[in-house]
Amino acid sequence: MTRLCDAADVPLGEGRVVRVNGRPLALFRLPAGWYAVQAECPHLGGPLADGIAGERSVICPLHERRFDLLSGEPLGHECEALKTYPVGEREGAVFLLTPEPSEPSSRPTEVPAHGFQESP
Amino acid sequence: MFRSRELSLAIVGGGIAAQCLCEEVLKRDPGVNVTMVCAEEQPPYDRVRLSELLLGDDGPEALALRPPEWYEDHRVELLLGTRVDALDAAAPALLLANGEERHFDEVALATGSQPLLPPIEGIDKPGVACFRDPEDCDWIRAQARPGARAVVIGGGLLGLEAARGLVARGMRTTVVHLVDRLMERQLDRDAAAMLLPAIEELGVEVLLERDTVGVLGTERAEGLRFGDGSTLAAEMVVVSVGIRPEIDLARAAGLEWARGIVVDDRLRTSAENVVALGECAEHDGVVHGLVAPIAQQARVAAETLLDLPGEPYRGSVQWAKLKVAGIDLVAIGRHSGDAAAVDRSATTYRKLVVEGGRIAGAVLLGDTRGAEDLLAAVEAGEESAEPLARLAAAATASAADLPDSAQVCNCNGVCKGDLLAAVRERGLATAREAMAVTRAGTGCGSCRGMVKEIVAAETGGTEEPAYLCPCRRQTREELAARIREDGLRSVSEVSGACGTGRECGACKPALAYLVSEINQNRHREERGAKFINDRVHANIQRDGSFSVVPRMYGGVTTPEELRRIADVAERYEVKMVKVTGGQRIDLLGVRKADLPQIWRDLDMPSGFAYSKAVRTVKSCVGSDFCRFGIGDSIALAQRIEREWEGVHTPHKVKAGVSGCPRNCAEATVKDIGVVAVEGGWQVRVGGAAGANVREADVLCTVETADEVLAVGTAFLQYYREHGQFKERIYDFLPRVGLEQVEEAIFDPERAAALRERFRIARAAAGDAWRERDRPYHANQFGDLGEVEDPAAAALVGPPADGGIE
Repeated sequence: MTRLCDAADVPLGEGRVVRVNGRPLALFRLPAGWYAVQAECPHLGGPLADGIAGERSVICPLHERRFDLLSGEPLGHECEALKTYPVGEREGAVFLLTPEPSEPSSRPTEVPAHGFQESP
Repeated sequence: MFRSRELSLAIVGGGIAAQCLCEEVLKRDPGVNVTMVCAEEQPPYDRVRLSELLLGDDGPEALALRPPEWYEDHRVELLLGTRVDALDAAAPALLLANGEERHFDEVALATGSQPLLPPIEGIDKPGVACFRDPEDCDWIRAQARPGARAVVIGGGLLGLEAARGLVARGMRTTVVHLVDRLMERQLDRDAAAMLLPAIEELGVEVLLERDTVGVLGTERAEGLRFGDGSTLAAEMVVVSVGIRPEIDLARAAGLEWARGIVVDDRLRTSAENVVALGECAEHDGVVHGLVAPIAQQARVAAETLLDLPGEPYRGSVQWAKLKVAGIDLVAIGRHSGDAAAVDRSATTYRKLVVEGGRIAGAVLLGDTRGAEDLLAAVEAGEESAEPLARLAAAATASAADLPDSAQVCNCNGVCKGDLLAAVRERGLATAREAMAVTRAGTGCGSCRGMVKEIVAAETGGTEEPAYLCPCRRQTREELAARIREDGLRSVSEVSGACGTGRECGACKPALAYLVSEINQNRHREERGAKFINDRVHANIQRDGSFSVVPRMYGGVTTPEELRRIADVAERYEVKMVKVTGGQRIDLLGVRKADLPQIWRDLDMPSGFAYSKAVRTVKSCVGSDFCRFGIGDSIALAQRIEREWEGVHTPHKVKAGVSGCPRNCAEATVKDIGVVAVEGGWQVRVGGAAGANVREADVLCTVETADEVLAVGTAFLQYYREHGQFKERIYDFLPRVGLEQVEEAIFDPERAAALRERFRIARAAAGDAWRERDRPYHANQFGDLGEVEDPAAAALVGPPADGGIE
């Protein structure tokens, strides 16, 4: 588990960029929970953390491409899927949930496998 | 002609031409026994939309021209996956691959074409594909790997559509083209030069003047080798260099052939009972490789087969549309001639080609308005003495201006008259029904707007209402009523009560505006519901940076302000300082985190250049300085701007005040414009000088500046209360009608109430840049910083110092 920030650092319903080991992630605090995806829109590099979020999706502010925050899949358009990262809140702090190498089953089951892909 | 029994007809082929002919025949004589012999496994499909298969995950059935049951309903025998081994043209009869011999009264050949394979070394290696049928798409989809390299040989229409599909599959894609410009058959040099960067913008690399001489690789394709000795590595090679009419069957049967199967003006081949149409046919020395002529050919061929009188086929105007999202391109007829008129901007190119005094072609890139009108003009060989004026007229042509004979849907050959007939005779009420009946708009879809317009004009417009939340099908009016009745004060309260904006979130800014407007700015603000510009009060740019535009009332500034602006520009290394069209100064390329301090240093109010609000009130120098000035335009512009600033509107509002009818402030094309005339001020609304130009309607002429403010404010509030979100005044006025607006704002009581509501809303609005000292959240402008953790390496990669091993 990697501590990312205090929960209060992100306004409810919005996203912010956090850099983990130099890699920018867009971290969203939504009524349904926390989500993290790659920070840049695969379309033309728009800042996804600045996008408008739906229940579980985000719309890129530059060209209105929409993506599912959990699966990373593009919604209603053709594009590369986003890389997604498992995150959660505990005692007022937000964590990146690192999968235990010995127990792959401890991954949250909803998160699709490709969310864990090594970045190129 | 007397027939003792029903006619039997075999159509060989399973493409658009085959289907179109089948329908044209049955339309004229439903008793004909039609047998369609298709080599492919799926019922006739729309090859024009093939690239859609690359973009998505749909199967080939998504392209079906008709559902499978259509063939049963129309008693059409559909033989799928059935090759024809031989044609006996005299009988006529078909020898099918399964050994069966079938006799018919007539045979129609719609065998289409095969992809042209350039005779280069290694073209048959695994890893090389064509882009011609759903099987090719299946293969490409199966082989595509994000990040891998693909190369498309051929920069024509189909090659570019294939490249777009490969990019969508995540492949790094290069198009190599033999010629020095893209789509050289349809585009002149200038249009091709503008298309190139648009294609590159999609992420497609383009190499021109590359003569591919071989495919690299031992086991399978590994790249291309070019004539100059250079090479390009690629894991996938897609070939799209052209077509070869499929004429093997006709040739073996002894029919006359050249490039294609030779047909006469009745689409008859050299055999008496055999016709040919589509890409396999050659008429008057021309093989039509595009979809446009098919509808005309099918009509003539059907009449020939049924022995009906009719106009002969005289050839077709070639017509093509590039089906790549984000690029609007239509090429009609010839791209060059002995004269031409060109209307171009940085992003649009419109050319009308004239040959011998008649309109012979058009190239429309970036702005394809009037394509149907121009196609009709080319087909009619319309005379044109003033091509530039004709081009301009086409851009503003509405559906009502089109003749009934104008083809609206070129994919399915539907004319305006066909649509009108369908609506009148069948009593259709909506465009959707008309599209289902006539098939207009069901091909590439580019004509749907026109179809809707024609149907709406005929039916009086009973189309779907404009939904504020399309997901929940809720209109602005329904939601406004609910917000008022239940006293809802925030976006999340409305979401909770009605579900609005919950799923996709796209309508949240519209909802946020509605909530603030109805609560007269005494709502509970939720910034997450607003576009980023309205969260940080600056305009997001294409690189994610922001622009800052301080307010300069009436376009008037001072040396002190200019000094502060210059200091800020240097201190924050602003990338560009630009004077805007609204008479103020734009600082471009600002980091979000720097915004509050920049506002502090500027010490000027926000210009709201990022928001749907009153932007600028442009002015000329007016009677104070100008020797022609008859009104004090600067003072009035500044006063209007001060009274209206900070209040949000359904869309941006740009205003202007001119001190005399010479109109140097361009007030007649502003959303709200005021022009000084002898004895007073003329107030105008609804002007536009964007993609379309619209002269503002005159609201009234009044004597004093006070009266301008009174009527202008009442109008602005009426628009605030009735405009759809993102509906500019120039769209709002024609929708609601000027008379209705006048009734409200010239009624003294109603106008006073409008002004009072505006005053209340204005009192609760302020300078947004004051949030520099009172942010709505500690992190309003900030990000979360850096985290280094070796334990996260498995997910996001190692820390920068490589501290994990």
